[in-house]
Amino acid sequence: MTQTNSLLPPLTERSGVLRWMRKNLFGSWPDAILTIVGALIIYWAVKGFLTWAFTIAEWEVVSANMRLIMVGQYPVKEVGRLWIALGFLVFLAGNSLAIWARKSYFVTILLLGFPALLAFLPIGDESRGWLFSLTALGLVGWGIGRSKPESLGKIVIFGWVISLPIFVLLTRGFTSEDGIMPIVGTNLWGGLLLTFLLTVVGIIFSFPLGVLLALGRRSELPAIRLASVTYIELVRGVPLITILFVSQLILPLFLPPNMTIDRVLRAMVGITLFSAAYLAENVRGGLQAIPRGQFEAAYALGLNGVQTMVFIILPQALRLIIPILVGQFIAVFKDTALVAIVGLLDLVGIAKTVLAQPDFLGLQREVYVFISLIYWVLSYGMSYLSQQLEVKLGVGKQ
Amino acid sequence: MTEESEIIISVQDVHKWYGDYHALKGVSMEVKKGEVIVIFGPSGSGKSTFIRTINRLEDHQRGQIVVHGTELTHDIRNIEAIRMDTGMVFQQFNLFPHLTVMQNITLSPIQVRKWTKEKAEKIAMQLLERVGIPEQAHKYPGQLSGGQQQRVAIARALAVQPKIMLFDEPTSALDPEMIKEVLDVMIELAKSGMTMLVVTHEMGFARAVADRMFFFDEGQIVEGGTPEEIFKNPKEERTKAFLSQILTH
Repeated sequence: MTQTNSLLPPLTERSGVLRWMRKNLFGSWPDAILTIVGALIIYWAVKGFLTWAFTIAEWEVVSANMRLIMVGQYPVKEVGRLWIALGFLVFLAGNSLAIWARKSYFVTILLLGFPALLAFLPIGDESRGWLFSLTALGLVGWGIGRSKPESLGKIVIFGWVISLPIFVLLTRGFTSEDGIMPIVGTNLWGGLLLTFLLTVVGIIFSFPLGVLLALGRRSELPAIRLASVTYIELVRGVPLITILFVSQLILPLFLPPNMTIDRVLRAMVGITLFSAAYLAENVRGGLQAIPRGQFEAAYALGLNGVQTMVFIILPQALRLIIPILVGQFIAVFKDTALVAIVGLLDLVGIAKTVLAQPDFLGLQREVYVFISLIYWVLSYGMSYLSQQLEVKLGVGKQ
Repeated sequence: MTEESEIIISVQDVHKWYGDYHALKGVSMEVKKGEVIVIFGPSGSGKSTFIRTINRLEDHQRGQIVVHGTELTHDIRNIEAIRMDTGMVFQQFNLFPHLTVMQNITLSPIQVRKWTKEKAEKIAMQLLERVGIPEQAHKYPGQLSGGQQQRVAIARALAVQPKIMLFDEPTSALDPEMIKEVLDVMIELAKSGMTMLVVTHEMGFARAVADRMFFFDEGQIVEGGTPEEIFKNPKEERTKAFLSQILTH
């Protein structure tokens, strides 16, 4: 009788590569045909791409212009400042991983080892040294975070809060030509640096604005509700490119002749205002998913409207929509490519200037494949991290 | 009930409409300090609506409600302060799922009463011991059973040190074996002298601790009296019929 307790699953349920293939790939005649056709298409596409990538493609266009693609026309002698700014971020990332994701070894290794991995690309010795330093700095940050996880939390959060101002300050500089940090005009910012700054600024500023608009849309005051709805629907009704055109080309016509607003700043504002409208609708979806009982319980405890939102409703609503938020952030990242059309030299804009050089005519494929790879790595990185975050925040909510 | 005990809740001829639907049709009730009131009746009879007007989760359109010396009207300056005098326990618990048990209980004392974290947590621990689950303080609501969650909800409502406790069908969403653990806490609370308004069909609870009972039907109080009067000698046919239905179960 006791033997019945250790019954094995039926044979078909047991593992085995052949059995798995038989069940999933060749289960029936149509399945088998689809499998074979699919395999042929994949073979043909991959083979074609690999043949091109390793025999025909002239990757010198990428390696020779690596600095341009990364930072645009940023002065060579000031590039060290950008590495330091990046180092600060990696150091904070190391800290944060050690404090809030102690067990996520895989993510930690992936994130901190990434710069060192890049160092194996053909990019020149100086950058290689900086990349290894980044990984080293991240590891130091991780070690420090690990030794004092309790006491460091607040400092690290403060570090993240000031990280964007510090990054912008280091990028822009603040002294005259012969000082220690000469100012680098935004007209010289470009490549991945510009894409990164447009994205980060867009995300960070559109998030609170989007939350406020979402709350405004649910407000009991008709004036606020109407203003929020009007803003959201107006902005969602036009493409980002028109907002960028307005900010770059039409806005200057209305400004007093001696007043100019920085072009990059205008693009940042345009992206922020555009993204905020979409975020507002996403946040509204999260807010609507919170049961009425949560509001009632908070009110019954004497919490006022603001406290109820801040402590009870928003934390739950935002956690619900993390996947949507990250999707929106990835969209912002990719939408920044539109600034190339209004003449800014972000990744896509710089690709055009690279291809305009007489030495590299006709190498569109190499350049665009490379910047696509950059976009993909960073987008997928965001997506992957958000999945990890979801798993982590799922604790206690069944 | 002594003659000189003060009236803490006074409800006079209260009406409430949801659109065209007349949910409360002239309800009047006076509750003295320390009284335990049980409200029962069929679903849709307005009993939940009534109890929710006491802390103004619902507003009323006619009549007068005075709670602890303050009249509930549209221009209440400080509705949060009035809600601190009343604690409420809901049918669906309504714990905050993203906060631990301890954070659920201490949130209002820290944010509204402005206590220090230490003081709030000390009192929260005492309350958790009172409801019998001090060991669950650092878990999340989703990790507790229904009965435990409702006991946390009671502790949370008590944490602001209210003068009146409102219970809106506190055991209706519970599995049968968990009802007793919640009723035990409520009976202990009733015996400690708390003023309580309880919407419930737990007639055992009513027999044990209620001072008076009110039968609601179609937005009105059909009949009120001591448990003895209601159970032994109900005057109205509707009360009789309803009681016979729930008591034979």
